[in-house]
Amino acid sequence: MKRIVLMGNPNVGKSVVFSRLTGANVVTSNYPGTTVDFSKGKMRVGDKKVEIIDAPGTYSLEPSNKAEEVAVEMLASADVVINVVDATNLERNLFLTLELLERDIPTIIALNLWDETHHLGIEIDKEKLQEELDVPVVATVALSGEGIKELVTSLEKAKVSKKIEPMSEKERWIKIGEIIKKVEKVSHRHHTFRDKIADMTIKPSTGIPIAILIIFCAFWVVRFIGENLITYIFDPFFEEIYKPLLMHLNEWIGSGFIRDILIGKLVDGNIDFMESMGMLTTGLYVPFAAVLPYIMSFYFMLSILEDSGYLPRLATLVDNIFHKLGMHGHGIVPLFLGLGCNVPGALAARTLETRKQRFISSTLLAIAVPCMAQTAMIFGILGPYGLYYIVLVFLTLAIVYVTAGIILSKFVKGESPEIFLEIPPYRMPSIKAILKKTWMRIRWFLGDAIPWLIFGVFIVNILYSIGFLDWLGSALSPVMEKIFGLPGEASLALIIGFLRKDLAVGMLLPLKMKAMQLVIAATILTIYFPCVATFAVLVKELGIKDMLKATMIMIATAIMVGGTMKILLIGL
Amino acid sequence: MEAIPLTMVPHAKEVRIVEIRGGHGFQRKMRVMGLREGKIVKVVTKQPLHGPITIDMGGSQVTVGMGMAKRILVEVVK
Repeated sequence: MKRIVLMGNPNVGKSVVFSRLTGANVVTSNYPGTTVDFSKGKMRVGDKKVEIIDAPGTYSLEPSNKAEEVAVEMLASADVVINVVDATNLERNLFLTLELLERDIPTIIALNLWDETHHLGIEIDKEKLQEELDVPVVATVALSGEGIKELVTSLEKAKVSKKIEPMSEKERWIKIGEIIKKVEKVSHRHHTFRDKIADMTIKPSTGIPIAILIIFCAFWVVRFIGENLITYIFDPFFEEIYKPLLMHLNEWIGSGFIRDILIGKLVDGNIDFMESMGMLTTGLYVPFAAVLPYIMSFYFMLSILEDSGYLPRLATLVDNIFHKLGMHGHGIVPLFLGLGCNVPGALAARTLETRKQRFISSTLLAIAVPCMAQTAMIFGILGPYGLYYIVLVFLTLAIVYVTAGIILSKFVKGESPEIFLEIPPYRMPSIKAILKKTWMRIRWFLGDAIPWLIFGVFIVNILYSIGFLDWLGSALSPVMEKIFGLPGEASLALIIGFLRKDLAVGMLLPLKMKAMQLVIAATILTIYFPCVATFAVLVKELGIKDMLKATMIMIATAIMVGGTMKILLIGL
Repeated sequence: MEAIPLTMVPHAKEVRIVEIRGGHGFQRKMRVMGLREGKIVKVVTKQPLHGPITIDMGGSQVTVGMGMAKRILVEVVK
């Protein structure tokens, strides 16, 4: 036995079983040639270490999307299959089980969510099920860990079923009916408190206010965790420990080209992590101390929303709007994440099914979704003039998001399938599984996104030191004045905005602009281009060609929106 | 009893699925998710403005878009 593959329907607690079985050494990676993520780890069986793979959830072995295709391919490499089955939903789950047993791979069944069957008045005769299927069946409660030991010790007993032979789809449904009749008894199901909450959160009249509340709370938590990580962990580390080391290095190198690249320029004789622009200063500070803390808190929050079962309900509630923008309800996830930091937003776009949906989602994210840091700065510079001006910026962005979405959904080629998703019952998330999931995602981010980030900073750095950025700034200043009605110097803010949007918003302040000019500048700054971090991730996710198209759309939108705003708000 | 599309079913009324219209792939996709001929289901909620429909299949629930729901024919259970 070398490789165990976990197979099962989505939402059966498969990843919780996975995190129970594996140690700390798990990695999430991208299945080659797809945007499907899967997790891999090691576990001990007897005295041997074997590889264990958590395949994407699938309802059948005749795949209807990319994730299911990947699951089927993974099955081919399995020495043993653990089929995780939702005991509260046995009938539906058995379809995949039968398909698995029809193949000649040793299989064992984990009858998960076993504890819930009691509350729901479902009685399953485990022994009889084992007899019918002719493979070992172990009852588990992955959340509490119950039955996991037995599952591990029973792994060696995994076997090829002799009773289940290949059959047609119709025969399979008949077989399932027979098995259910023999092994399952369902007494009357009470409408529980949990069902009431489930109903309330999906009906529009109550669901929409609750959704707004949940989103608001989620944001608050993300900001709270992110800010505290920065203030108490990342900033002190960079300022107190890392900076003195760099200052030594700085003296040792002396001035010259190498210093310009590595350290950058000193501000008042000292390294300023935001402004020095060196590879070892800003180049490391931005990804690690400015972006990473938010990524951590975002992924943590996202995992909670996912594992509790809330996301599919949110997707149902907003499907309507997003369908008109060429996506479906799941499109809320990248948008939602992007409002915190565009980087996880750009990464989340991969959960959408088709290329068209991913392209629209990413482009809209880059165009009209300001990140938390930028939002804070917009409040900062426009706050003194009154709420009206702030509303103006966000209203414009919202209109741009919707309008651009409607236009893109008409012109981007490809399909945008309708929403079709399971609404799982609410479940208490497992802390262990959440932390593990968060950690796996962070690790993936560190390995896959950070190198691109550093590379991006490196390129900007080179362009800066050869004077290209200054040249671009002065070349752009007439555009600023004529089209947008802004002072020419504002072009410099746009260029810095490539690195840090919040910083760029701050650079608008010394230019002594009128409130309306600030509104225009803040809006354009959001639209024209994503920050280098997001840009790098988008290039990777969309590919160079699509990213170039997206970039053209961004710049064109910035010019159109900025020009229109100037005419409407300032006059010709 | 006449079969009607799922989109026309009043809220919370129990109905039996009688037919799923569409290609093999579509039918299978619905069936493995629990939407099968003979199954008794009920509409939990419909989102406004031709939004998706959420269906309860006795414990498990699923959200389907309007276009798909139109192709699922049901009859009201007495």
